[in-house]
Amino acid sequence: MGNFSEQSYRSNRQSFTDTGNVQDLLSHWSDRGFQGLTFVAALITAAVPFWMSALIFQQAQPAIAKFGLSFLWTQDWNVDQNIFGALPYIYGTLVSSAIALVIALPIGVAVAIITSEDVFPSWLQSPIAVVVELIAAIPSVIVGLWGRFILIPALAPLQEFLFGHFKWLPIFNTQPFGPSMLMAGIVLAIMILPTIAAISREVLRAISQDLRNGAFALGSTQWETIWHITLPAAASGIFGGASLALGRALGETMAVTMVIGNVTGIDVSLLSPGNTIPALLANQFSEATDPVHIGALMYLALVLFLVTLTVNALAVVMVRFLTRHA
Amino acid sequence: MSMSLSPQQSSVRSTSLEESLTPVLRVRDLSCFYGRTKALEAVSMEIYEGKVTAIIGPSGCGKSTFLKTLNRIGEMESNLRIQGKIELFGKDIYDRKVNLNLVRRLVGMIFQQPNPFAMSIFDNVVYGVRAFSRPRESELNRIVETSLKSAALWDEVKDNLDGSGLDLSGGQQQRLCIARALAVSPKVLLMDEPCSALDPIATMKIESLIRELQKKLTIVIVTHNMQQAARVSDYTAFFSADENRIGQLVEFDQTAQMFMEASQQNTRDYVAGRFG
Repeated sequence: MGNFSEQSYRSNRQSFTDTGNVQDLLSHWSDRGFQGLTFVAALITAAVPFWMSALIFQQAQPAIAKFGLSFLWTQDWNVDQNIFGALPYIYGTLVSSAIALVIALPIGVAVAIITSEDVFPSWLQSPIAVVVELIAAIPSVIVGLWGRFILIPALAPLQEFLFGHFKWLPIFNTQPFGPSMLMAGIVLAIMILPTIAAISREVLRAISQDLRNGAFALGSTQWETIWHITLPAAASGIFGGASLALGRALGETMAVTMVIGNVTGIDVSLLSPGNTIPALLANQFSEATDPVHIGALMYLALVLFLVTLTVNALAVVMVRFLTRHA
Repeated sequence: MSMSLSPQQSSVRSTSLEESLTPVLRVRDLSCFYGRTKALEAVSMEIYEGKVTAIIGPSGCGKSTFLKTLNRIGEMESNLRIQGKIELFGKDIYDRKVNLNLVRRLVGMIFQQPNPFAMSIFDNVVYGVRAFSRPRESELNRIVETSLKSAALWDEVKDNLDGSGLDLSGGQQQRLCIARALAVSPKVLLMDEPCSALDPIATMKIESLIRELQKKLTIVIVTHNMQQAARVSDYTAFFSADENRIGQLVEFDQTAQMFMEASQQNTRDYVAGRFG
């Protein structure tokens, strides 16, 4: 013990008196260089979105000049006559994402509860969490293929059932034939489930055990504690996770294209096919030659950009609000 | 460096000479394990009704673990397992047929960090009450008032019962947690270093509150602060870990006795501040 400390004292002394080392440390050129490098990298990263939006805006000019803001509420999309309106796609994007969120949020939060709270033994928790997170690793084109050739046939009875028994509801009043807004919503729900589950899980785990213990110590059962104490305390974080997931759903292209039917038009029925902004962009880019057509697609891209930006901005505001009032 | 503690060395004196003491909790030969690791060995002691029992000892001696076995909350946050017996009013609380929620209701708990719920002061206080019954509004109002008065918080918050419990100061939050615990009328209140996150003035308020609460219920307080133990408690239990880091009860006696002339050298060293 004594020996060791004496040795370390000596070696310390040596390094303090070694002036060569000290001078090396004092020369800051490497520090400055690194600082400059990181600054440039940060600047480039921050500039990318501005550069992108500027380019898109520029390319969209022909369409903006021709249609103005009425583009946003026009329903026609006629390539031959060069008449373009974005409303069906905006509608389809928002509705399919909303369906996805409605389905994925409760399931995702349930998965998060199961995998974070001590409801199940831990040997069961981690496998569930890992499998759910693995969903995120599946390429979206594979999800799309699976949706098109397996999920849609498998869920055909469900669509028929909804039409058969609930056609008095406007949202189920068209004859289903396979691809539909509902199918797109379900496929999207599967795709955003891991995001919601993983974030909610982290949020729940970050809540102090003392808070739960406080409820247990008053005689609360485990479910009462989760329902009344843990979930409300985690609300802002779960909401943040849901917004991230919604952002992903709004922008998802490949899988949606394969199951939504790609039909232009607004139909309130969820059993009828539809279209979304990303799906249309993916479908039409290769064949667009006319500057107004390209402009219209760019204009759509700009709209999508603004929609996702608005969703994220609203989410930030909501999370702040919820955190403050928690 | 002779710090070996064997059960033979520990002395647990019976000191009920001047008054008759009723044990509320009776701990018999209690050992605690986290998984396979033994954290506490062969603790036997009694918690007397209407008394404040302080549990002192250096870090890692198992005093918090011990406290958390008394209302079975330790098992909620970790793989804590016990051997031995703990009786509450003569009933084994580790019996399989026991109603856990009822045990925790009878044995309330205050934590190191004040942990008010993210709800109004009013809702915080009646949380436990609502979990068990659906009393009328007038009854709830009465419970809130008496609980907050007992916790010496009423005058500070009576005009702001709808305000968030989280907007209170640390000391006020801790007293809110005490009011919340009192609202379900527990028989025993466990306090796990209730002042360690508080400033001296807030600490003083909690300490005088402990003396006040003692008239109505039994209190067990874990504390790092020996002056605090000396100030608030009637009985003191000194825990220490042996060379295998297994916590043991070294000595249990009246507080005055423990601080003036403890029978164990270890206890004398600890209360004199020579280690820990």
